[in-house]
Amino acid sequence: MLGFLKHPVVVTADINLNVVALTAMGLLSRLWQLSYPRAVVFDEVYYGQYISFYMKRIFFLDGSGPPFGHMLLALGGYLGGFDGNFLWNRIGAEYSSNVPVWSLRLLPALTGALSVPMAYQILSELGFSHCAAMGAALLMLIENALITQSRLMLLESVLIFFNLLAVLSYLKFSNSQKQRPFSPSWWFWLTLTGVACSCAVGVKYVGVFTYLLVLAVAGVHAWHLIGDRSLSNVSVLCHLLARAAALLVVPAAMYLLFFYVHLSLVYRSGPHDQIMSSAFQASLEGGLARITQGQPLEVAYGSQVTLKNVLGKPVPCWLHSHQSTYPMIYENGRGSSHQQQVTCYPFKDVNNWWIVKDPGRHQLVVSNPPRPVRHGDVVQLVHGMTTRFLNTHDVAAPLSPHSQEVSCYVDYNISMPSQNLWRLDIVNRDSDAGVWKTILSEVRLVHVNTSAVLKLSGAHLPDWGFRQLEVVGEKLSRGYHESTVWNVEEHRYGKSQEQKEREVELHSPTQMDVHRNLSFLARFLELQWRMLTAKSDGSEHKYSSSPLDWVTLDTSIAYWLHPRTSAQIHLLGNVVIWASASLATVAYTLLLFWYLLRRRRKICDLPEETKMSRLTSPVVPEASPGKYSWLRWVLAGALCAGGWAVNYVPFFLMEKTLFLYHYLPALTFQILLLPVVLQHISDHLCRTQLLRSLFGALLVAWYSCACHVFNTLRPLTYGDKSLSPSELKALRWKDSWDILIRKY
Amino acid sequence: MLCATSRLLAARTATALPAQPRGRGPGARCRRRELHFPGHPELDLDDFLTGRLARPSVPVGRRAILRRGRMPPAVGGGPARSELRPRRGRCGPQTARVVGPDETAKPAARSRKRPGWGSRHFEAAGRWALLALVTLLSFATRFHRLDEPPHVCWDETHFGKMGSYYINRTFFFDVHPPLGKMLIGLAGYLSGYDGTFLFQKPGDKYEHHNYMGMRGFCAFLGSLLVPFAYLIVLELSKSLPAALLTAALLTFDTGCLTLSQYILLDPILMFFIMAAMLSMVKYNSCANRPFSAPWWFWLSLTGVNLAGALGVKFVGLFIILQVGWNTISDLWHLFGDLSLSVVTVGKHLTARILCLIVLPLTLYTATYAVHFMVLNKSGPGDGFFSSAFQARLSGNNLHNASIPEHLAYGSVITVKNLRMAIGYLHSHRHLYPEGIGARQQQVTTYLHKDYNNLWIIKKHNTNADPLDPSLPVEFVRHGDIIRLEHKETSRNLHSHYHEAPLTRKHYQVTGYGINGTGDSNDFWRIEVVNRKFGNRIKVLRSRIRLIHLVTGCVLGSSGKVLPKWGWEQLEVTCTPYLKETLNSIWNVEDHINPKLPNISLDVLQPSFPEVLLESHMVMIRGNNGLKPKDNEFTSKPWHWPVNYQGLRFSGINDTDFRVYLLGNPVVWWLNLLSIALYLLLGSIIAVAVQRGAHLPAEVEGLTQVLLRGGGQLLLGWILHYFPFFLMGRILYFHHYFPAMLFSSMLTGILWDTLLRLWAWSLASSSLARGLYVVGNLSLLLGTAYSFYLFHPLAYGMVGPLAQDPRSPMAGLRWLESWDF
Repeated sequence: MLGFLKHPVVVTADINLNVVALTAMGLLSRLWQLSYPRAVVFDEVYYGQYISFYMKRIFFLDGSGPPFGHMLLALGGYLGGFDGNFLWNRIGAEYSSNVPVWSLRLLPALTGALSVPMAYQILSELGFSHCAAMGAALLMLIENALITQSRLMLLESVLIFFNLLAVLSYLKFSNSQKQRPFSPSWWFWLTLTGVACSCAVGVKYVGVFTYLLVLAVAGVHAWHLIGDRSLSNVSVLCHLLARAAALLVVPAAMYLLFFYVHLSLVYRSGPHDQIMSSAFQASLEGGLARITQGQPLEVAYGSQVTLKNVLGKPVPCWLHSHQSTYPMIYENGRGSSHQQQVTCYPFKDVNNWWIVKDPGRHQLVVSNPPRPVRHGDVVQLVHGMTTRFLNTHDVAAPLSPHSQEVSCYVDYNISMPSQNLWRLDIVNRDSDAGVWKTILSEVRLVHVNTSAVLKLSGAHLPDWGFRQLEVVGEKLSRGYHESTVWNVEEHRYGKSQEQKEREVELHSPTQMDVHRNLSFLARFLELQWRMLTAKSDGSEHKYSSSPLDWVTLDTSIAYWLHPRTSAQIHLLGNVVIWASASLATVAYTLLLFWYLLRRRRKICDLPEETKMSRLTSPVVPEASPGKYSWLRWVLAGALCAGGWAVNYVPFFLMEKTLFLYHYLPALTFQILLLPVVLQHISDHLCRTQLLRSLFGALLVAWYSCACHVFNTLRPLTYGDKSLSPSELKALRWKDSWDILIRKY
Repeated sequence: MLCATSRLLAARTATALPAQPRGRGPGARCRRRELHFPGHPELDLDDFLTGRLARPSVPVGRRAILRRGRMPPAVGGGPARSELRPRRGRCGPQTARVVGPDETAKPAARSRKRPGWGSRHFEAAGRWALLALVTLLSFATRFHRLDEPPHVCWDETHFGKMGSYYINRTFFFDVHPPLGKMLIGLAGYLSGYDGTFLFQKPGDKYEHHNYMGMRGFCAFLGSLLVPFAYLIVLELSKSLPAALLTAALLTFDTGCLTLSQYILLDPILMFFIMAAMLSMVKYNSCANRPFSAPWWFWLSLTGVNLAGALGVKFVGLFIILQVGWNTISDLWHLFGDLSLSVVTVGKHLTARILCLIVLPLTLYTATYAVHFMVLNKSGPGDGFFSSAFQARLSGNNLHNASIPEHLAYGSVITVKNLRMAIGYLHSHRHLYPEGIGARQQQVTTYLHKDYNNLWIIKKHNTNADPLDPSLPVEFVRHGDIIRLEHKETSRNLHSHYHEAPLTRKHYQVTGYGINGTGDSNDFWRIEVVNRKFGNRIKVLRSRIRLIHLVTGCVLGSSGKVLPKWGWEQLEVTCTPYLKETLNSIWNVEDHINPKLPNISLDVLQPSFPEVLLESHMVMIRGNNGLKPKDNEFTSKPWHWPVNYQGLRFSGINDTDFRVYLLGNPVVWWLNLLSIALYLLLGSIIAVAVQRGAHLPAEVEGLTQVLLRGGGQLLLGWILHYFPFFLMGRILYFHHYFPAMLFSSMLTGILWDTLLRLWAWSLASSSLARGLYVVGNLSLLLGTAYSFYLFHPLAYGMVGPLAQDPRSPMAGLRWLESWDF
């Protein structure tokens, strides 16, 4: 038990000075003059808003990514004592003194700086030489686009950091697999892999591609593990379970955790409430909750209600009617019933109130005790302000001629009887005798005579309908669709029998005090669903680009321009690195294909790994310098070239507006691949010492070239130096680069 | 040893038997199969594992033998020889080992007497009879009440109409490639339909028009699906019960039945998909006799069917992927076979390129050639295509017209947007209303021909009349700076930094100036896409962009409809984003210049490759345009395998004749269950093999069928189903049916294998046999009974809806979402 007392406490420090130096250089390049410019740069205008929302604890919805990234940025604001009071409305606006620019930008800059030594470590873990690893890190260090992106309040550098961390920790884990499975460090790296993956996904959805890649590599390794007959069944099972727990369960739990923290941070209602369901809104502080708190839960005969459409597209709206009638004849010559219009109206209004009436009785007030309405009951809906009945009949709707018109019935005595009976169909009922509940119940109103369903068609009525939304009776309702589902939002028991008093009652707010809440899981699911389906406006942008432009760097983004001078920040990559990284990818692919074909014919150019380490990835980096094995070459390719592919190719399928910075995660992996290919060429393809020396000299020349490019583009990267128009023109190496030149 | 040889002999002799309806001598040689009746559950996998499938496990030395096909392929089959009666199977593995290297065994084997002629005849006859029975039953179900209902059902309104277009030779546009509709048209033509029926909307009565030819053609192809599936499963599993079960599932599926009975593209598409699959499987089993006649036959037939599938719908791409995958892995194995020289592998590669790439592409292109040749009259599809293309169609106003070829200053022109359904650049005397940009004359696009579409090209700096005969003709060249004057109102095309009426980020385009005198905002640079500076500009053919000189923006149309003040014409803007979209590319259509000689437009007619390319672009754009709206009910891919919702083919009310496309729920849910079971079983087996578990020989044979044959079918199901999740276009239930065919075949193989495994695990052979027979029979009868229950869905129901107890479907509405 007390064994540890028998031995002296020894701490052996093993410090790789390379790593220390790289970290220092990384920090220097990313943190230098971090709070310059003291103005809103490009997408900061976008992320800044969310930081302010966090600071003010106001609920918001952002479809672009899960909340973890936003929360990290907000953490910077919290540490810097930001109060959220800044109007993020314009790129280039000067920050007021209450905005802690340095601490807001610190986190992305730190992650960007740490990516440099991580590149070094990934390559060493992959078993490549110290030189190759240094090369990778130095390339990361002088990549202008990466520097620009990490020095601002943006999320790409954070995403890249977690991507690299996931790969690095998986490699560490996999290297410790052979020697010491189930040791603390084994567990640590395995768990860290899962955590890093979930963080990457939590920052941006595209992180999921790296996660899938790591999962795939882990899957292949696990499959080999299953085939390892030296392991007992039980230990194989333990291995598999440990991986499943760390790589599947932990990320899922972390992801939920992000949302939990997010939802507990932003608990106040705000401008984005409207998109959410009534139940969700009621769970926020202020806003709808202030109105609905204390409403009676069960809708009864005589209840006064507002009915909100569940789909809420194109805008959230409530069932509405008003004095105006449908025009006798529409523009296209079709006729209407000329009865009172029923629409869906996106604003709160006294005309949104309806009274639930029992068809068998005359009274419009709630009896004592209230008789709740249940699933399957037949009801009439009376419009509160006009006392007309909701009605539908076999007349074509104004804009959707295949559906029925919905109106409030006006009796013109022209043998068109009222058809105002509706059967209540509670979609999410617990039992067949479920009661209609405020906010919680999602109901469909099925017309008794024609079995049409009350539906929001989504079309805007013309001027005669005040541009409100069209409501129709859908005859061919095929199954469930959210546009046919409604829920009661505001509700109170009607007390006044007389119309005059009732109108007064309708105008007065509903107030009582009971608290109702939604479970976290329900809130999470709804928020996640809305985030995924939230449509971006899809507007074109001056600097948007297509994925094909990225590889060749045929596009650029102007981030910021000094209000007076021509100092500017411009997202531009180091062309030498981009070009050689793309070449390296091509070279790797060709070489791999060539080796695969030759191996198929039993010609092994690269030695197979010894049997001992077959199961895991290469372990002994320095054991056989220069001669690394086939498996190592494949693993490096799978992670680096694969990482590039999974972070790049999916963009071809995306329909959203794309920008150059979307390519940066892919580029990082490509940069990692570059030294892999170079070392391979030097070790395997340069057969003589002379060639090797020549190649080395070439590399030095090439790297100085890259440094030169970095230095030339540096003013655009840091934005600290104002260049003359002629200098700027000279920098415009490609016609498609839109470098801003002031006209004097 | 003896036992082994005679066993092999049996397999060998069976080769002489034709195994297929249209099998000819040489074709039959590679199709040697020993088939057994359900009562004799016996599995012979020798031949199946002969070819490439078995290769990875076969030692190198032995491969040469296999490849040349001289040896009965016992190697892979050793362990695979699964039999329910162990005493007979015992010598299998030894056979493989002993006989394998012994090449001399071959002539001996061939010269041996052939045992059991009588029984073989009986077997062969039985096999034929079964195939005939399956085919007959399929035809009977598909042709039963084919003429009902005698009105247009569902998409017949499209495809019937398009068939008529071919008969009438009028040009039309559709998002699908032409082959399927051409075949429908041909069937109609041959059966005496004259193309006069309008096919206006579902429910229109056919009256005296002869529609049975077209329906009969589709039903014929639809009926062939069942025998095809039967043969595929037979080939993959070597098990007659499995094939029978598959055939029953498909014959008795109301969905397949309904879909085969109408004038639709789906039966044609599915026919080609299944035919391609069948010929691929057949060709795989010829792998041991490469470059033989049947090998070539099946290989090229695969190619032909691929072309057919792609020629009917682009969904045919999925079967191409499947065949492609099969071919690549095949080549990969051949390449790894060191006994084959690289030259031989090269021959293999060339053969596949010829038959699977060149041949299908040629055929596919040929269908388009025929398509454009047949449709030579102007029709409803003209507007979708470019002006140059329209000049080909007789009846179009551009046909046989003659206009000057190159644009010169002073020419009067109309300018058409290249994106379909946007129209001509247009202006009229009305001004933009108050509050919408500058109050100047409106510029819009307009779809119809109109005098207000005419513009005059002028030099930017002079206002002299270029038509003055004393001046020389000056052509407009790429890169010139021009002014466009509206002919009717003499105002210049103008743009400035005001926001456009609808697209706020773009600039407004107006008509400005008096009698052609305006300001520098009227100057535009004319550029031809992908040309060098100084080139002349051709009418119809040149794709031009107009770049505003001062702001650098590009003239384009957003495609948005202006409100009433703009007469509901489309908005024209100047976009500051220099993006290559068709919205900002224009071409000159009409061209009047008295100083220039007119040439016939025939000179400008696009060549066939250009037409081909253009029609594909238009089809792809049309497909992308089919986007569902938010508030519409749409079918989701996850609905399909669970048979969540059907499609109404005809009728709604209880007095109508109602046909409802819905899968037979028993079949579909069995399919769904089978996929889950297959995945479970497959992964258990795969893990067991990877752990090095030693399976008994019988089980190993079964697992081989399950993993290899079933794997191919599973791949087919995945390829025909999952891509739909990625598609943005509007989807329908019937898109699932090709995948459903694959999943039914998988079900057949899975249940047969499961029953065999179960039977094998029982000790007593008679009990095992009984169990096997009972299991298969109950599956067959269960499907048949469910068909009896659900057949009104396909053959039509009249009378009350299913809620009513008097309805033929009373009590059968198992899901609330089915509305019949």
